[in-house]
Amino acid sequence: MPTTATFPQPVIRRVEVGSSIVAEQAATAPADLKISTEHVSVKYSGKTAVRDVSLEIRERSILALIGPSGSGKSTFLRCFNRMNDLIPGATVEGEVCLDGEDIGDAGVSVVELRRRVGMVFQRPNPFPMSIYENVAYGPRRRGMNSRAQLDELVETSLKRAALWDEVKDDLRRKSGLALSGGQQQRLCIARVLATDPEVILMDEPASALDPVSTLRIEELMRELRENYTIVIVTHNMQQAARVSDVTAFFTMAEDRAGYLVEMGPTGRIFTRPAERLTEDYISGRFG
Amino acid sequence: MARLIAADRPSTLKVETGRLARIDVPMIVVFMAAASMIAIVVLLLLFISWQGIQLFVKDGYSPGTILSPTWDPLANTPAFGLLPFIAGTLVVTAGALLISTPLSVGLAAFLSEVAPNWARSVVQPALEIFVGIPSVVWGWLGLTTLVPFLSDTFSGPLVVSLPVVGKVFSMPGFLTGFSWLAGSLVLSVMILPTITSVSYDSFRAVPQELRTGSLALGTTRWQTIRHILIPAALPGILTAVVLGMTRAAGEALAVQMVIGNSPTLPAAITQPVTTLTSQITLDMGNTVFGEPWQDALWTMSLVLLVLSIASVVLVRLINKRRMPL
Repeated sequence: MPTTATFPQPVIRRVEVGSSIVAEQAATAPADLKISTEHVSVKYSGKTAVRDVSLEIRERSILALIGPSGSGKSTFLRCFNRMNDLIPGATVEGEVCLDGEDIGDAGVSVVELRRRVGMVFQRPNPFPMSIYENVAYGPRRRGMNSRAQLDELVETSLKRAALWDEVKDDLRRKSGLALSGGQQQRLCIARVLATDPEVILMDEPASALDPVSTLRIEELMRELRENYTIVIVTHNMQQAARVSDVTAFFTMAEDRAGYLVEMGPTGRIFTRPAERLTEDYISGRFG
Repeated sequence: MARLIAADRPSTLKVETGRLARIDVPMIVVFMAAASMIAIVVLLLLFISWQGIQLFVKDGYSPGTILSPTWDPLANTPAFGLLPFIAGTLVVTAGALLISTPLSVGLAAFLSEVAPNWARSVVQPALEIFVGIPSVVWGWLGLTTLVPFLSDTFSGPLVVSLPVVGKVFSMPGFLTGFSWLAGSLVLSVMILPTITSVSYDSFRAVPQELRTGSLALGTTRWQTIRHILIPAALPGILTAVVLGMTRAAGEALAVQMVIGNSPTLPAAITQPVTTLTSQITLDMGNTVFGEPWQDALWTMSLVLLVLSIASVVLVRLINKRRMPL
């Protein structure tokens, strides 16, 4: 694995915590901007889980959200594809913009949003069907019926997810559930890639995997970064350091609401964090 | 380890007990309950089987009479063909399943996947009340409202004609309203709660991560129900349908009140038919113990028993093949 120092240094335009600007400002073409959030708060039945997070994510970069359990990283991640809509009692305040468009607007199709913003979950969740059908699931639901088109899409998606060579011989015979944990997770990534997303959200995608599988997923993320914008939640700080371009550190306030402490280029966050809280956490002095 | 314990130290594990203290009364009660349950089932099976074969053993009818279409117990040489009853039971049950299954599975999917909590808390007690309504009430309702409605509204024959081909389909109208359709409709309402609640449970048993996985790929709620949840819940849904089928095939009173009880082979949904159960309840008062006629009713009971055992076996087979989720 290359060290973080060799990665192109990303440029952060503005990071706000509450109302105070704490991170560096730099000139970046606005065209680079993929996702921005403005004062996003999430409440579960009135109880604040995430408070007032404003940040920006550049296109084709990997943002890692790190922080202790309960700091709202996963909840915040679910704002990007409106998965919080599925949780009864959850309300999201503030603005989340994808390519400058507010995804919370009344006219926004959540179906189209989720196609453009795919998600990989903590526990691999292949469908109880063949490997082929798992990958073809999304495109089929959007009306792709041509056998030739689907065959090609399944192959390219599995190749991009670095799974093709291991499964090409029994694509249609083998159930997605018969794969190993690491293979299942790569199948889930292939399933997302087949829907042609722009952004991929990963919620601790390697936490249920062994070290070798974890490494493969990390390599895969670096490759996918060429074409996709990736946001990953991770508990593993080494992982954040290895794969991400930008790191955002979350923690809990007194009332257990998660908030963003600071965000910056991964190399800097891990070597010269601006906040004492961040330094304590990455050096293991947390809690 | 034993060597480390001083020889004179009493064991803390072996407790001295007298013979009486070892008799575990609650255990015996539980064991007796289970044993008597098994004994009742076995004796019932033996008794009905024994009675059911008397028509062939004692009265000299050939077993093939089960599939004969002629039922005439009062003729000089009485005929006990059971085919009209078996066919009637099968078609009335099939009709009820055809009507009830889509409604019940749809309702179960709605309750499990779409309904807000308040709707669930209204519909579930309503379903329980449904189950509690005695079958005679359903039969009475069918007899007083459904049967007259059918005969008043659809009395004329139904003929479908095309310009060039001519008549493609025709069916006699309801003469009296007592009919196969009336029986199937009444039964479909009666089995709806059974199929709904068992299907509902199997929808709930589908892991949440399959739902979120599908929705996160940008599929609609309906697509998720259609392509993920129904396939995953299918063994449970099939079990529900078989349970509904068993209940429908075994129902006597409500069916007997609305189907007209004509011991002929089913011809059209507008015509009267009969079933095994309804014929048993109708005839049992007229027969004399030990006569061929009564033996024929026992044979009908045996056929019903075989049908219900077959459905239990079917449920077992379906559940054995259930895919791990």
